[in-house]
Formats: sequence, structure tokens, C-alpha cells
Amino acid sequence: MSGWLVAGAGTLGVGTYFGWDGFTIQSGNLVVIVVMIILFVLALVVPFPGGKRRK
Amino acid sequence: MSAQTKPAQGLPADDDAHTWTGKARRWMLGKLPPDKLLPEDQPSYVMSWAYVFGMGAIASLLWIIVSGAVLGLNGPQWYHVSSLGSFVNSTHLWSVELFFIFMVVHLWLKFWMAAWRGGRVLTWVTGMLSFVVSIVAAFTGYLLQTNFDSQWIAFEAKDALNSVGVGAWFNVANVGQIFVWHITLLPLAVGAVVVLHVLLVRVHGVVPPLEAAEGDAQLLDASPAPGHPPGPSHPLESANSQDSAEPRDAAR
Repeated sequence: MSGWLVAGAGTLGVGTYFGWDGFTIQSGNLVVIVVMIILFVLALVVPFPGGKRRK
Repeated sequence: MSAQTKPAQGLPADDDAHTWTGKARRWMLGKLPPDKLLPEDQPSYVMSWAYVFGMGAIASLLWIIVSGAVLGLNGPQWYHVSSLGSFVNSTHLWSVELFFIFMVVHLWLKFWMAAWRGGRVLTWVTGMLSFVVSIVAAFTGYLLQTNFDSQWIAFEAKDALNSVGVGAWFNVANVGQIFVWHITLLPLAVGAVVVLHVLLVRVHGVVPPLEAAEGDAQLLDASPAPGHPPGPSHPLESANSQDSAEPRDAAR
């Protein structure tokens, strides 16, 4: 039981926050948003692999 | 009792369907015949990364369901203490992260592609609905971490939910109730909406890119219904095929 409580408490973290003029965002959320934007751009510009043309 | 004739064993005649099951079968086969439900090829414009992220979201959802079942069967004392439990717990979280990342990129790409074109409004609506229901499902997952984070989230959220009058039925301080929401009701809702979304994609076909809207032969209906001449299957294609010399933007 005590191990469970310690493990549960151990998941807490302070976290890293970035802020600019009143705007604040947690680092994990910022990373996810940046990854999504990068994937969006790459999906538009990177050619699809495979030369087997269909139909 | 009346005798019924069948054209062949196991193949009932669809023309004389007179029961609700027969009429439903005829309607379903008309809307989604087997070759449209499980197609073997797609138009060439589907060979783009822009058409990959929806399937990525579905793959993530499958692992969310599998890992969630393992977590639910073993319980928090397993996934908080044992190393294997912590690993499965982490894969459950990261598959959710990937699910939302893929779903949001899919949403952005389809928004800029105007994917509701050509009678695909319901496909767009079910996609948005699956996004909203998934957010609620993820929220209940954060409440079930059974640590101090989840306790903090629950007691911050209860005031917001009480202020809009749903706290009695969606009580974030009641772990048992949230557990039911998270492992039965919301997964069923997400699964049902996603299945409906995929079926609608099969019925209407994947949306063509905007650049392909100028009389592209692949947009024309290759297999017209009996009694109908071959031709465009929706107004957008009709507008393009009638006057291909028109500027591209005129048909949008």
C-alpha cells in the first residue's frame, strides 16, 4: 500500500513553462503543437514513397 | 406459412424483399456494395501523406483499446507498482498522444482540402464528433490516473461541471462512475462514431484534392448504376466535366 502511494506521488512533477508577455504554455503542450505543425507541413511537401501507381 | 423461392442457396432475391430485414439488406447493399466496402484500389491522388493520418489515428485507437483493457483488468496497484504495469500504462498514454496528434493533423489537412465537398458533409460532421467525444474520453482517463494529479484535475473540474449543471450525472469526484464512463460508455461512443466515419468514407470515397477538380477522369463514376449513363456522380464533378476550359476556381 505504501509503495503504491509513493509511486503515485512520484508521478508529480513541477514541469517547465514558457511565457511571453502574459502567455504561458507548458513545455509538453508546446512540443505536441510544434510536432503537429511539422507533420502538417511535411505531409504537404514530402513525396509519398512507392512507385507502384494505381488506377 | 408461405413458401419462399430463393435463386440459390444462401442468396436471397433482393428484388422481392418484403420484410424489414430484406429491405435493410437491399438498402445497405445499394449504399455500400462489397467492392466499395473493401476496395482493392484507390485513385492515384490517394498516394500522398495527406491521406495517411486518418489511418494513423485508427491504429493508435486500436492500441488504446488493447492497452486499456490490460490496464483495466490488472488495476492501479499493478500499473503503479510493477515495471511492466508502468510500461503498459505509458504506452496507453502515448498511444492517446499519437491518436490526438494524428487526428488533429488529419483534421487540419481535411479542413484545407474542404473535405465536405461532394456530399461528404456527414463524413465531416462524424469526424468532428469523434474529436469532441475523444476529448471527453481522454479527460476521464486523466481522472483515472489514481494519483495526486488526477485528484487535482477532478477537484478543479467539478466546479466547472457543477456550474453548467451536469455534476450530478458526470461526477468527477466519483472514481467508480468515471471508471464506467471511461471503459464502457465513452469507448463505445468513440468506436461507434469512428466506424460510422469510416463507412461514410467508403460510401462517398476519399475526397479528391482541390487541384484534381478540373475534369479529372478518376473523379468520374466508373461504374454507373443500371439504367443510368456513365457520367459525373455529383454536381462538382458535373460542373467540371461540362466545361473543362473554365478556370479551375470557378467550380469551387
